[in-house]
Amino acid sequence: MSAYNFAYLDEQTKRMIRRAILKGLAIPGYQVPFASREMPMPYGWGTGGVQVSAATLTPEDTLKVIDQGADDTTNAVSIRKFFEKTAGVETTEETEKATVIQTRHRIPEAKLREDQIIVYQVPIPEPLRFLEPRETETRKMHSLEEYGLMHVKLYEDISQHGAISTAYAYPVKVCGRYVMDPSPIPKFDNPKLEMDAIQLFGAGREQRIYAVPPHTRVVSLDFEDYPFEATKADHPCDLCGAEDSYLDEVIMDDAGNRMFVCSDTDYCRSRREAGHMGRLAEENAA
Amino acid sequence: MTPLLQVKGIEKLYGARIGCADVTFDLYPGEVMGIVGESGSGKSTLLNCLAGHLVPDAGQVIFDTRANGPVDTVTMSEPERRMLSRTDWAFVHQHVRDGLRMSVSAGGNIGERLMAVGDRRYGDIRDKAIDWLGRVEIEAARVDDRPTAFSGGMQQRLQIARNLVTGPRLVFMDEPTGGLDVSVQARLLDLLRGLVREMGLSAIIVTHDLAVVRLLADRLMVMKDGHVVEAGLTDQVLDDPQHAYTQLLVSSVLQV
Amino acid sequence: MIELINVSKSFTLHNQGGAVIPVMEGASLKVEPGECVALTGASGAGKSTLMRVIYGNYLAASGQVLVGGLDVAKAEPRQILTLRRKTLGYVSQFLRVVPRVPTLDVVAEPLLAVGCDRTEALEKSAELLKRLNIPERLWTLSPTTFSGGEQQRVNIACGFAHDYPAMLLDEPTASLDVQNRETVLSLIEEAKGRGAAIVGIFHDLDARERVCDREVNVADFTPELAA
Repeated sequence: MSAYNFAYLDEQTKRMIRRAILKGLAIPGYQVPFASREMPMPYGWGTGGVQVSAATLTPEDTLKVIDQGADDTTNAVSIRKFFEKTAGVETTEETEKATVIQTRHRIPEAKLREDQIIVYQVPIPEPLRFLEPRETETRKMHSLEEYGLMHVKLYEDISQHGAISTAYAYPVKVCGRYVMDPSPIPKFDNPKLEMDAIQLFGAGREQRIYAVPPHTRVVSLDFEDYPFEATKADHPCDLCGAEDSYLDEVIMDDAGNRMFVCSDTDYCRSRREAGHMGRLAEENAA
Repeated sequence: MTPLLQVKGIEKLYGARIGCADVTFDLYPGEVMGIVGESGSGKSTLLNCLAGHLVPDAGQVIFDTRANGPVDTVTMSEPERRMLSRTDWAFVHQHVRDGLRMSVSAGGNIGERLMAVGDRRYGDIRDKAIDWLGRVEIEAARVDDRPTAFSGGMQQRLQIARNLVTGPRLVFMDEPTGGLDVSVQARLLDLLRGLVREMGLSAIIVTHDLAVVRLLADRLMVMKDGHVVEAGLTDQVLDDPQHAYTQLLVSSVLQV
Repeated sequence: MIELINVSKSFTLHNQGGAVIPVMEGASLKVEPGECVALTGASGAGKSTLMRVIYGNYLAASGQVLVGGLDVAKAEPRQILTLRRKTLGYVSQFLRVVPRVPTLDVVAEPLLAVGCDRTEALEKSAELLKRLNIPERLWTLSPTTFSGGEQQRVNIACGFAHDYPAMLLDEPTASLDVQNRETVLSLIEEAKGRGAAIVGIFHDLDARERVCDREVNVADFTPELAA
């Protein structure tokens, strides 16, 4: 595929995106507009993340792509193949071995390192959007740090459900300044947003890039009397027995039997290889 | 006594056309001033200039701030002005859709200003919201309902509660009773009068309804073609109008 | 307490060819505390106009209108409002209230306006309504639904709720029965007793005889017809 420039995008475009990334890193949580390109995939399939990854990848990098924590779903497989073809980079399913991780809706369970970059696919970057439809107004609210509206959303949650029911895309305040949508990761992952790796967020359709540099303070918004809680299904993984990982619920038959499994497939596999076993591990193996 | 608001030579032009010009007055704490005039007389333009929604082409709007005393709000920084409009100022719109968040519950609507100024205890915010619903005569049980489920009069009362919850000192009202039934209007007027007195509010009310200003306003300004043609004590201006236009306006009201 | 010095008043009808109608000229009058002065003169002579000029409701064209030391003819609106709230009461012939407000609150309003405690204000309001024979079952209703006589009595209750040092009474005993007329007259006597300066219009001659110390004929202030 020598007809393609490295990682599909031309160098000028990658430069433009890198400038946006650098600006984003310089102003943590601030949404930097960028000239999003048409990518050979539909919007909603990670066009923003792919462009950020394309601008980030070097020939020496090892890429991992996950979708809802899994390496083997259509979206993850397609994007991995896309970069194998257009950039010729190595790919991996192991979090440990990856230098660039593109993700949709999860942060891996394994702690990320300083030499890693995680790229999030973002559908709607504006956390204030559902309450304030005017872009001119939300920009002004960000620039003047008027974030009362964000708490209105949490207030509505509590008044309707008795608790903050927002379970994903839970708003955070970055570095004491900008309120940011962490993309639709479960709120279980919110505490992990304070990490050693570089975090980049790309929204293709909305044409926004933002970033959180390593070791940056990221606080989940809450009320004093309704503090933030990182919740997950109260269950161990039925395959690897892990009690500390985020779980997917899988319906197994018409009788309502179900199982809980790690959403991070690499984490689950590595635990099982290390000999950990869950409730249904044996029969599944059989 | 320092005036709460000193308006000096406010002028707003729309191209060559005058929106309002040469408007000067002082408003003292606790005073309610009405601005009347027909459509296009410049009363709404003036109100929007005073409330910081429009930038006047000339003049000063000096507000006696709690922290720093009298400050010209036209030249103050935007964050300061917006902070003012969330705390010491309130704006009641004629159309509730401009003043309420229709997709947010009544409690959330009232709580927004509290949260905007840093209130972070859900329980307190909710208690205050329920208290304010009571003060504007809406049942506490409606706290989680959205304004879309409310009648026009209730929506307007909710807008008032949402505005007054932070204890502002100056309220701007643009046709607050416009579009409401007469019976609902009366109830709203009574409520506003009570709140104005209890809270010691100052208010500037724009309306074309002379009956509304007679009941609510201490003072009256009559506008025509962007200029103030007459000003004074409300009953004096209405009962003994001096200017030709005011005489016409007063004599045009249908007697019930 | 109330003093008029050479006051004149005219109406300019801009919408009727700018006609100027002089209605009062050289009006001078002085009322001491505890004194009640009756304005007399034929209907249309300008009794009500003079009262309205004192109240600040009509703008005097020239001269001084001093009430409690304030020149109403030149004062700022807020000064006049303070004067009306604390010093100068006015019982007009018409009741003007916010619809829907209960009578008890209507009468308490002037007291609340001068900072009176709510319970105390309501007590005083109830006392006055009782004295003026407004049945208690009507107290929670708005006076807008009342008969003419009842409205007049509510109006009087409002005017006498707060102890104003100066008062203007426009036919306070009109359309009242004997018993209520008696109550109103004693209210006026009590007001005089505590030192209120009163200017009133009384068509009821006996009432005028009883409470007024002097009469002032406003016909003396009526401009020559030629003017």
